[in-house]
Amino acid sequence: MLLRHTTDNIIDRKALTVNPAKTCQPVGAMYAALGIRGCLPHSHGSQGCCAYHRSALTRHYKDPIMATSSSFTEGASVFGGQANLLESIQNIFAMYDPEIIAVHTTCLSEVIGDDMKQIINKAKTEGKIPAGKTVIHTNTPSFKGSHVTGFSNMTTGMVQYFSENTGDRENRVNIIPGFVEPSDMAEIKRIAAEMGVQIVMFPDTSGVVNSPMDGKFHMYPKGGATSAEIKSSGDSSFTIALGSLASTQAARALDSKCKVPFEVLNLPIGLRATDAFVDLLRKKGGVQVPEAIMTERGQLLDVMTDMHQYFYMKKAALMGDPDQLLSIVEFLTDLDMKISCVVTGTPAGTKFEKSIKEMAGGDTVVKSGATADTYYFHQLIKKDKPDIIFGNTYCKYIARDEDIPLVRICFPIYDRVGHQYFPLTGYKGGLRLMEKILNELLDRQDRDAAEESFELVM
Amino acid sequence: MIKAELKSFSNISAEKVKDSILNRYPAKVARKRGKQIIINRVENGDQVPEILANSRTIPGILTMRGCAYAGCKGVVLGPTRDILQITHGPIGCGFYSWLTRRNQTRPETLSDANYMTYALSTDLQEDEIIFGGEKKLKKAIEEAIALFNPKAIGIFSTCPVGLIGDDVHAVAREMEEKYPEVNIFGFSCEGYKGVSQSAGHHVANNKVFTDVVGQLEMRKEGKYIVNILGEYNIGGDAFEIERIMELCGFTLHSTFSGNSVYEEFASAHNADLNVVMCHRSINYMAEMMEKKYGIPWFKVNFVGAEATAKSLRKMAVYFGDAELIERVESVIAAEMENVLKVQGEIRPRCEGKKAMLFVGGSRAHHYQELFTEIGMETLSAGYEFAHRDDYEGRKVIPGIVVDADTRNIEELTVTPDEKRYNPRKKNDEMQKLESAGFTFNDYNGMMTEMKDNSLIIDDLNHYETEILIEKYKPDIFCAGIKEKYVVQKGGIPMKQLHSYDYSGPYAGFIGAVNFYREIDRMVNTKIFSLVKAPWQESPELTGSYVWNK
Ligand code: SF4
Ligand code: SF4
Repeated sequence: MLLRHTTDNIIDRKALTVNPAKTCQPVGAMYAALGIRGCLPHSHGSQGCCAYHRSALTRHYKDPIMATSSSFTEGASVFGGQANLLESIQNIFAMYDPEIIAVHTTCLSEVIGDDMKQIINKAKTEGKIPAGKTVIHTNTPSFKGSHVTGFSNMTTGMVQYFSENTGDRENRVNIIPGFVEPSDMAEIKRIAAEMGVQIVMFPDTSGVVNSPMDGKFHMYPKGGATSAEIKSSGDSSFTIALGSLASTQAARALDSKCKVPFEVLNLPIGLRATDAFVDLLRKKGGVQVPEAIMTERGQLLDVMTDMHQYFYMKKAALMGDPDQLLSIVEFLTDLDMKISCVVTGTPAGTKFEKSIKEMAGGDTVVKSGATADTYYFHQLIKKDKPDIIFGNTYCKYIARDEDIPLVRICFPIYDRVGHQYFPLTGYKGGLRLMEKILNELLDRQDRDAAEESFELVM
Repeated sequence: MIKAELKSFSNISAEKVKDSILNRYPAKVARKRGKQIIINRVENGDQVPEILANSRTIPGILTMRGCAYAGCKGVVLGPTRDILQITHGPIGCGFYSWLTRRNQTRPETLSDANYMTYALSTDLQEDEIIFGGEKKLKKAIEEAIALFNPKAIGIFSTCPVGLIGDDVHAVAREMEEKYPEVNIFGFSCEGYKGVSQSAGHHVANNKVFTDVVGQLEMRKEGKYIVNILGEYNIGGDAFEIERIMELCGFTLHSTFSGNSVYEEFASAHNADLNVVMCHRSINYMAEMMEKKYGIPWFKVNFVGAEATAKSLRKMAVYFGDAELIERVESVIAAEMENVLKVQGEIRPRCEGKKAMLFVGGSRAHHYQELFTEIGMETLSAGYEFAHRDDYEGRKVIPGIVVDADTRNIEELTVTPDEKRYNPRKKNDEMQKLESAGFTFNDYNGMMTEMKDNSLIIDDLNHYETEILIEKYKPDIFCAGIKEKYVVQKGGIPMKQLHSYDYSGPYAGFIGAVNFYREIDRMVNTKIFSLVKAPWQESPELTGSYVWNK
């Protein structure tokens, strides 16, 4: 047994997290910053954090993840990190020539209390930032929130540094896509283009962390939202924020800075969440939903009806990030699956727990935040064995011990490819998610069926 | 004597490559890097130029390096399965070090403790950062004991812990009083200590030495009892070494720390020999055990079939038993049969190809052996976090300037144990061995074994990687996960030598064969030749479709 010390005897823990179901803020900030064209994320702290965050993202995307560090030593931790950041900025522009450096803090620089604004201003006055180049920042203390918070903070930083209201309102919709994969971001753009709605989307990691192999390493791949685009978001007429935890904060900041009204939707995963997104995009963009999108929707619904029998009353246990969980739970309940438990280490608040229970029913165990970890998730699974598990790569240890199929969702996915290239969002993404679930459930049925009831056609 | 010079690309001047690297740097950076990029020249057998190592990473430079916590928790303690490890700090550090180093472990029975798959953290929150985290840590230890009932608990400090002034050692003592049956100890391995993972290795060695080694009087059965230090069982390396040890008749008392258990650490002082694999990460332990318990040590290398054979022979000679020496020879002969067969098959396909290795504190050296065995040449190599002695040999240790970053790491004063100090070899025995050419406490470093004109680069960074690849066009490049796809995007196969790209083992005889095959696969695949699409190869238009339009 891989997790041999996990029992179904749940004792209330106050202080100890075992096998976390979240990670720290900077990794989310780093990921978000990679969604700006020509941007080099910079981690202000000791180099270990940056090495860990780069490694985690590299394992997840199997693509280069470039980011620098202030490389604190003990001296910097005592006297403050200003000198290290100033030196970093100078070296980074000299060596790597990015358009933008996006600085995020770490636990260390947060505890020291480095004033990022002041240091960046000092770099400016000392001429360390070349003309036309920009240094932006966000604070990402890891003792609050999770990787999702870090993503949200960096996205908000983009608004604070770049977005501008020039007074010319454009008939254009901003989309903040949430902490989703590059494939999802590309899919959201595709849907908008298909509908003929002019959008600005940021961050946009598509083309950056799933870049093509062309025989040459590109420090700044072609993807990413440009600073000009982000700037222009201040002149858009509306903002659609996808995923309340990852995107609300930036949308709100854009509203208060540039007076762009916004609405927050669940991530467009599954039929109804995608409907809501398409519908809002239609209204705000002033367009009709085109035939092509209707076809995609119809195809998704078609498979839902065709394969309903295999989903019906199957029990699922889910672990992941709150924004994804809300939409996936809705989709699974639409397929008439039962939800035994939903766990996320990201503090998601009582509203999240209420929403899940409303969709899934009162018996579903929902827990978020402190000590809502993979260990607890496993205990719930032991108590009430599901037919299928949804979770990140770490859940494969549970899946193997308990002999339950696993569908990989959220961060990190270290052991499979696909998420980089194929979305879960949109109607097409719904089809992919269904295919993944069906493959697991039907493989299991094939494996376990008595010989006489082994089915050819399913 | 004919000097060993690089064969391939003797027309590429190492000086020119070095210059072109330094050119681009701001003056201050160039000055420093100039001392960390060295053109190798070996004189009188073991004299090599001085290199600057274990020196601060330049802020803002894309480095490979990690932190002291990674070196302590990740590298040294991570591979052991029954010391319950609690990361004290915010969640990230503990999350990232959770199972990512691929240390394999094999509990003997289903009821044996195995905490390898568990990541425990105090997940410090803002309140604790402000008011202190000791209370939470104590509570976490209590909860951990309730859940896991471990023999030993290690507490690992992350960056913020040092700053908010939590005393993990005091907490450890207090909790140990409360739970006397559990050995509880803390590590001050905050990420900002030292300049790289290396500081964490030292912190780990110190604490394991003072709080674990010597706690238990157990001695495994056998005549030739050894500890292997600095072997972490990535990809099952330690399993292969265990297999060979058993075949040869050595008793492996403990491995620090691949596939190890607490009790083996605690009784390691009862072995009769320490052999050291990764010198950088564990030489402190070898030195301290010699001083306190009288166990001699020497360097071995089980990476490379020849190196493995050489190491086994040396171990046999140390014990000096004719029967053992003979048995070792027959094991080597039997094992080499298959090794040579595969070598013969693969060598013609790899001969003359060029490798570069930039990793860790010993692997950039060790793995050159394997490349040599299939006829490949190492053009350039360097470590991520080694010290001068790993490059130039231990002879330079007395001359190494101790800077502020190193001074922050405690250097233990070790004296012989009153009761248990027992020199395993008497002075005259040692002398006899030494006069026959046997060396103890030896490590000659990487540079002495590399060819003249090869480029030795400490703490290689991204930009230098690009220049090296552009100028030398190696056939394979070895480093870690962060470099993997950077290099491969450029069309060059990249082998991870931390994680082995999730394969292995590569140590010992079976490992050598695995590695030959793996390198053959990588340097001879046609995939990298498919970069250009047909229309990019010959872009002229000949189709009638275009004409007719
Ligand atoms: S939790 Fe803090 S110290 Fe640890 S990796 Fe994250 S930012 Fe770094
Ligand atoms: S050199 Fe590499 S293998 Fe050796 S201890 Fe260090 S990290 Fe591990």
